[in-house]
Formats: sequence, C-alpha cells, structure tokens
Amino acid sequence: MALVPALPKRLHGPSIWAVYALGLVPAALAFYLGATGQLPGNAVKEFEHLLGLWALRFLIATLAITPIRDLFGLNWLRYRRALGLLAFYYVLMHFLAYMLLDQMLRLQAIAADIARRPFITIGMTALVLIIPLALTSNNWSIRRLGPRWNKLHRLAYVIAAAGAIHFAMAVKVVGPEQMLYLALVAALLAWRPIRKPFLRWKRLRSGGPTAPRVLSDAQRPL
Amino acid sequence: MPCYRPPRIAGSEITPERFFLDRRTFLAGAAGGLALGLGMETANAAALKAAPDPYKLDETRTPEKDVTSYNNFYEFGTGKGDPAANSGAFKPSPWTVKIDGLVGKPREFGLEDLLAFPLEERTYRMRCVEAWSMVIPWVGFPLAALIDKVEPLGSARYVAFETVVRPEEMPGQSGFFQPLPWPYREGLRLDEARHPLTILAVGLYGKTLPNQNGAPIRLVVPWKYGFKGIKSIVRISLTETMPPCTWNLAAPDEYGFYANVNPAVDHPRWSQATENRIGEGGFFGSNRRDTLPFNGYAEEVASLYAGMDLRANF
Repeated sequence: MALVPALPKRLHGPSIWAVYALGLVPAALAFYLGATGQLPGNAVKEFEHLLGLWALRFLIATLAITPIRDLFGLNWLRYRRALGLLAFYYVLMHFLAYMLLDQMLRLQAIAADIARRPFITIGMTALVLIIPLALTSNNWSIRRLGPRWNKLHRLAYVIAAAGAIHFAMAVKVVGPEQMLYLALVAALLAWRPIRKPFLRWKRLRSGGPTAPRVLSDAQRPL
Repeated sequence: MPCYRPPRIAGSEITPERFFLDRRTFLAGAAGGLALGLGMETANAAALKAAPDPYKLDETRTPEKDVTSYNNFYEFGTGKGDPAANSGAFKPSPWTVKIDGLVGKPREFGLEDLLAFPLEERTYRMRCVEAWSMVIPWVGFPLAALIDKVEPLGSARYVAFETVVRPEEMPGQSGFFQPLPWPYREGLRLDEARHPLTILAVGLYGKTLPNQNGAPIRLVVPWKYGFKGIKSIVRISLTETMPPCTWNLAAPDEYGFYANVNPAVDHPRWSQATENRIGEGGFFGSNRRDTLPFNGYAEEVASLYAGMDLRANF
C-alpha cells in the first residue's frame, strides 16, 4: 500500500540529478529577471530575499526526509544529500548577493552588520556551520568519519533553527509566513526525540518480523 | 494665485487625462489581456493642476511605476507589492476629514474642500526607515493652511492623525493575522506640522493619489522616516499631550516619536548610514547612497530641534 508507486531503480540516479537541476531553477530565473531589469522595486533585495527563502525551504526539505519515511514509509533518503547541498548553495548565494550586490563589498559595513545586528550574526553563524556539512557530504567523508559523521551532521538542526529565526528577526512584523517556517522547523526538530518511541510502537502494533526483537527490548528490566 | 480646477472643466489647451485613460481602458478591453495592465493601473487617476515646485531638487525622480508599485501600506498587506495588488476595491471618494480637539472651529472637510486649497507640486526625497528611498513629485498643500482654518487654541501643542478603518475594503484590516492595531495613528509636534515643508498630498506625478499611495489624502514630512507619512487620513486632532503613534507603540525601541532621518542613529536591527535609491543602479550598479541628516532638509528644519538630544529623541 505504497502512497506513490516505487521509482524503477535505473531512474534513481537521473532523479537525483533532476532534483539538483530543478532546485537551481528559482535562483537562475530570479538572476535572469534581476539582470535584465525585470524584478520590481528593489531588485537586489528581492533577489537576496528569494535566495534566503529558498535556502530555508531546502533546509526544511532536508530535515523532512526522515519523518516522511517514518510516517509514510516513503524512502527518499537518496535525495537528502542533493537537498542539503542545495540548501548550502542557496545560503552561499544569499550571502554573496548581500556582500556583492547589496553592500557592494563595503567590508566595514558588513563587519559592523555581523557584529552588531543579532539577526545577521545568527545568519552568519548558520553560514559558517553549514560549510563543514557541505565539505563532508561526499561518500569518502561518510566512510572516513563513520559514526562521527552522524554526530557532525546533527548541526543541520541548529542551522535550520537559525535560518527560521534569522528570517523572523529580519522583518518588521512577524507575520504568517515567518510563523509558518518557524512552526515547520519546530515540528521537524520535535520529531527527533519522538521518533524512536514512535517507531517501537509502530513495530509492536504491526507485529511484523521485527516484533520479537522489540518484545525482547520491552522485557528488559527498566 | 494658482487655483485648482477639476479635470472635467480643464483648460482648452490641455486634453484632460481622464479621457485618454477612458480611451485606453476601452482599448485595453478590446485588446484583451496584454493591455489590461494599462487600464487597471490608471483606473482611478485624474489629472491635478498644481503650481510649480518652489523647492528645487536636483535629483532624478523615481519612475512612477516604482512609486506606485513598491509601497508599505499594511492596511492592504505587508508585502511591497500588496498595496498595489489589493487596493482595487478601496473607495477614496466620497471622503471627509474631521478636524477636532483643541481648535476654535472644529469642522469636517469634504474632498472638494481639500482639493480647493491652492495645490503645489513638491518634489521631495522619501526615506523609508527600512533604508530605501525615492524621489517623489507630490501634489499637495501645506498642512499649516488647513490648521489655520480651524484656529488652534493656545494650549494645542501636538497634532494627531488617524487612517480610515474599512476592513471590507482593506484586506490587511480583516482576517486571522493583522500586523498592527487599527486605526494607524501618527503625530507631529505643532511646530513640525506648521513647517512649510510639511504638506498634505492629494496627488503624485500630476494626478490624484493612487489607492496604494494613500488616497485620497496623506501626510508628507520629508525630513522624517516614511512611516510618519500617514495615509488615507480621516481625522486630525490637535492635542496638548504627545499623541500615541502606531509604530512607536508596536516597538518603542525601534521607532521613536520624532523619527527624524538620522544617519548617525542606527535602527537596532540595521544601519541607517546609507540607503538604496529605488529604481536606480539596476542589478549590478550601486544604488546605495549616503543618507543625509534630516534627509537633506537640515537647513530648513534642524532649528526645530535646537538643543535636543537627537540620539535619545530618535
């Protein structure tokens, strides 16, 4: 009773590349519109904000892979690296747009912003933290780091929270859009501690092949 | 003395813009979707006659399309494009502005009375507290002219303003999420209100105000941040005490009562030293320029604040 038909194995590789290609469309389109003078009003800010918003969306998508598998039985793990890297690319482009197009490399103003404005400090922290995750996203690093890789990549929770807070703090009035992203990130983070008891309960209820092992777990002295 | 003439009886040397617009709207209907934008954009604009600008400003005017499509008017939504997109149902006519409080002759002004004031064009810089700016050719008259008509009492020290509340016409005023408490309120000291630079604007770019810019009448105080320029005004009261102001109440540490443009005093969350001039520089050129004290009007207005700590009274 799969929710969606399983993807044939030979399409797994191409579908991952499709995620990268589609994921970069918003940035490419906005860059084209901006460069040709078709973004209304404050073109640079529009572009900068769009990049930030997509960064947040990809961070949320990355964190959604696990709960989707737990709750709906859909295994989209193969797309998680692409989504995480897209989040990194967007965070980086968001910062570059701020530094090059918005501030025109006025380094003093940038340094003052980072040091004195809490929402920019938080945003910069997220940028710094996501770099090691992008650098260790390859298979070699995963093998090399072993269990430490999992520990390191828990930083994704901090980065997503920082992103949603950065967004909410940047606006004059926290509106439904900011609330939605804060709520999504909060729900995805809250899932992590709930997940293990939930999976145990699910196994128990279905009484599948894993049931005996779970039973023996339950029989352990508390 | 220049005087206002309603567009329907405009001088024979000028073809009233209204007719152009009707013709265009008609053509738009005939041409379908492509021309629809033109018809909508100009739906309720009428030409205004105004005396030339007494204040010279050697800066390029911000294109009209930017002035009328990049707005903060939370009654219609918090996005910059929301006011232009969501203000179609707003009816700026008929309209009355009630003047009360500490005045000898409280009264109501109809739109016709307001348009009967001698109108002038005033091209002013407009500096938003969000660090962007425009140059806008307003059409209006000094607020002092209106205040004189109601004969303020000696005890009057402040002027309070209120925006209309019409949830059925202003989507930001209804529904689950409302960004601010309504009505939007603003205030000035009486001497600021009577300063010759302070105007009530009824138009821009030679035409009546579009809804998204605060139709039919709004305040323009060019040396203050844009949020002081309250839109769609229905009430003006003279008071003895400092009136409550919406943004000041919402975040007192971020928005002061005075809100004079000041590059030396940063907003807690961003620098006010520079500004983005909307519609200039394009994507790669710099549209960032230094912000001037009192938005470049220091010569005219700095004396109003002599001896005052502008850091404390931001």
